[in-house]
Amino acid sequence: MSILTFVSNVLSIGIPFSVALLLAALGEMFNQRAGIFNLGCEGIMAMGAFLGFIPAYFLQNSPLAGYANLLGVLAAGGAGILLGLLFALATVTFKAPQGIAGIGLQMLGWGTAGTLFRHFVGGVTGIPGLPSLPIPGLSKIPVLGPMLFSMNAMAYLAFLFVPVSYYLLFKTPWGLKIRAVGTYPRAADTMGINVTKTRYQALAMGGLLAGLAGAYLSLGQAKMFADDIVAGRGFIAVALVYFGRWHPAWILGGSLLFSIAQSFQLAIQVMGIKFPYEFAVMLPYVLVIVVLALTRSSAVRGPAELGKAYDREKRI
Amino acid sequence: MKPSPRILYIALVSLAAAVAAIGIAAIVLAILGANVFDTFKVILTEPLKDIFGITEILVRAIPLILVGLGIAISFRSGILNIGAEGQILMGIIAAAATAIALPGLPKIVLLPIVFLAGALGGAVWGAIAGYLRAVLGVNEILSTVMLNYIAAQLYGFLLRGPMIDPAELQTGSGTPQSVRLPRSAWIDRIIPGTRLHWGIAVALVLAVLVYILLWRTTWGFKMRAAGAGAKAARYGGIKVEQCLLMAMVLAGAFAGLAGAVEVTGVHRRAIEGISSGYGFSGIVVALFGGLHPAGIVPSAFFFGLLLIGADMTQRMMSIPANMVLVLQGAVILSIISAKMVINDPYAFDKFSRALSRRRKKDESGKTTGETA
Repeated sequence: MSILTFVSNVLSIGIPFSVALLLAALGEMFNQRAGIFNLGCEGIMAMGAFLGFIPAYFLQNSPLAGYANLLGVLAAGGAGILLGLLFALATVTFKAPQGIAGIGLQMLGWGTAGTLFRHFVGGVTGIPGLPSLPIPGLSKIPVLGPMLFSMNAMAYLAFLFVPVSYYLLFKTPWGLKIRAVGTYPRAADTMGINVTKTRYQALAMGGLLAGLAGAYLSLGQAKMFADDIVAGRGFIAVALVYFGRWHPAWILGGSLLFSIAQSFQLAIQVMGIKFPYEFAVMLPYVLVIVVLALTRSSAVRGPAELGKAYDREKRI
Repeated sequence: MKPSPRILYIALVSLAAAVAAIGIAAIVLAILGANVFDTFKVILTEPLKDIFGITEILVRAIPLILVGLGIAISFRSGILNIGAEGQILMGIIAAAATAIALPGLPKIVLLPIVFLAGALGGAVWGAIAGYLRAVLGVNEILSTVMLNYIAAQLYGFLLRGPMIDPAELQTGSGTPQSVRLPRSAWIDRIIPGTRLHWGIAVALVLAVLVYILLWRTTWGFKMRAAGAGAKAARYGGIKVEQCLLMAMVLAGAFAGLAGAVEVTGVHRRAIEGISSGYGFSGIVVALFGGLHPAGIVPSAFFFGLLLIGADMTQRMMSIPANMVLVLQGAVILSIISAKMVINDPYAFDKFSRALSRRRKKDESGKTTGETA
């Protein structure tokens, strides 16, 4: 195998792998820019993956099969918004400590998805999933074509969302509000920005994206659902936000780096270089810890009020 | 005699929290098409009907108490240890390997060594996250979650590779499990025929020791001070980083010990799925018990009951036992929310003013009624 084919193999697997991480991390970026640290991302993704899967599973042989994927994506996004709002209720309205609330939400989402899955489906079953959508013309480019232009619709939209989220965050009044309530909520409040409302909006946005990320996992990537389908990707996405310095472009870079490292590891295994597969599975988690330890200095540039509830009544 | 506004306020908020938690679980049950009331009745009463159920509750409560105590130490010190699940596994590995390596020792010598080994295994795993947080400022929640995944893989690797029972390889069944531990490393059963073992005594003694550590020693005071306000503690001359590391080491040691007690008391060999979520349930137990040993012990009994009850609903009503995760998640969210609302002086102020307005109105209504 020539080096070129090896590289193109690694990339054509790795790039689509990054979509779920990218969507979840962009969502978490909105949360954290507004000052909320949402570790429940993992649980929202589990619910999203389950709800994305379920219409495709039940409608497989019905005349409505054509709409199943769309329905799944909508349900996943909707559930994501609801769970995001539930998190907002706990951490913004009731001011509950965010780290531990996130673990609660993770258990809730993961447990609910697992319970419903075992009750309604039972075993692991495949679904057709999202078809790949080669872009006419572009997909014929040698090497680059199969790598970049033969993905499914959700993946294109996710990559398109990187500049969109940049625009939303840095070029619109709404983005300014989000960043204001995450940096200096009291000043924002004084200027007439409704801190609570803005944080609720950010968490709804984050929930929506985490739900979609989950749907991508079951519909676009695995084409099935299993209890542990998310496997820590929600937590990895949170770490990627730190790594990506709360900026969409860096987050895109981080997600790509991460998933390409993973597909590289898979490719090496396929080539027959032997090492216990448990260590290969371990790799991304070790990588997260290393990345967090190395990006410590970037914490300085994080949203100033990250993780703190805003109490309007409190004296300063 | 009317109840004081403070008590009434706490009671109402707690009630609302309980209703919210049960309500969330009820929604999921309703989606499953189960009878919500019957399900809760089975969960809460069925395990208490015979000696088997009651002893099994206690068997589950042992690791829950131990893990919960460790979580309480870490949370009180301002470091959130979510890594108990991984620390339990490391404790099991260390304890099982030690027991298998030293089969000749008498029980009275071997068991303490095995417990120490388990605690050490967990402590090392906890110390990694503690060091990363104290020295490099790495968020401990993320690092402990990652360490959970890493420990699960390491555990699987050891049980499938170096530590696998040679008999499994000979027969070719290849079940990932270690050899049976030597009899001298078994904790005795209290009631023959059940699985209840003397680990419960270990757990209860340690609960007292944790109380003494946290509230009756200088180290405990320093750790709690670091957790209550790191800045003020540092100003008072407390080495906050040292406290954080110490807290993570202790939390890891307790989780590791829970693993050691579980493997020597219940399973007697390292198998897959041994920790069965105790690491996460322990967090709920600790929060539900108010992060205090006196609360953690009863709270562990209660969640032991829920775990067994959920198993029973799975068998009797075919409701997946995962349901208990839903309930635990909902309990965490509502407890921490309720705690903040109860401690919010402004919310209480609003409540007590509204209450006194209403009481006045009632009284004036009564007096005008009497005169009319």
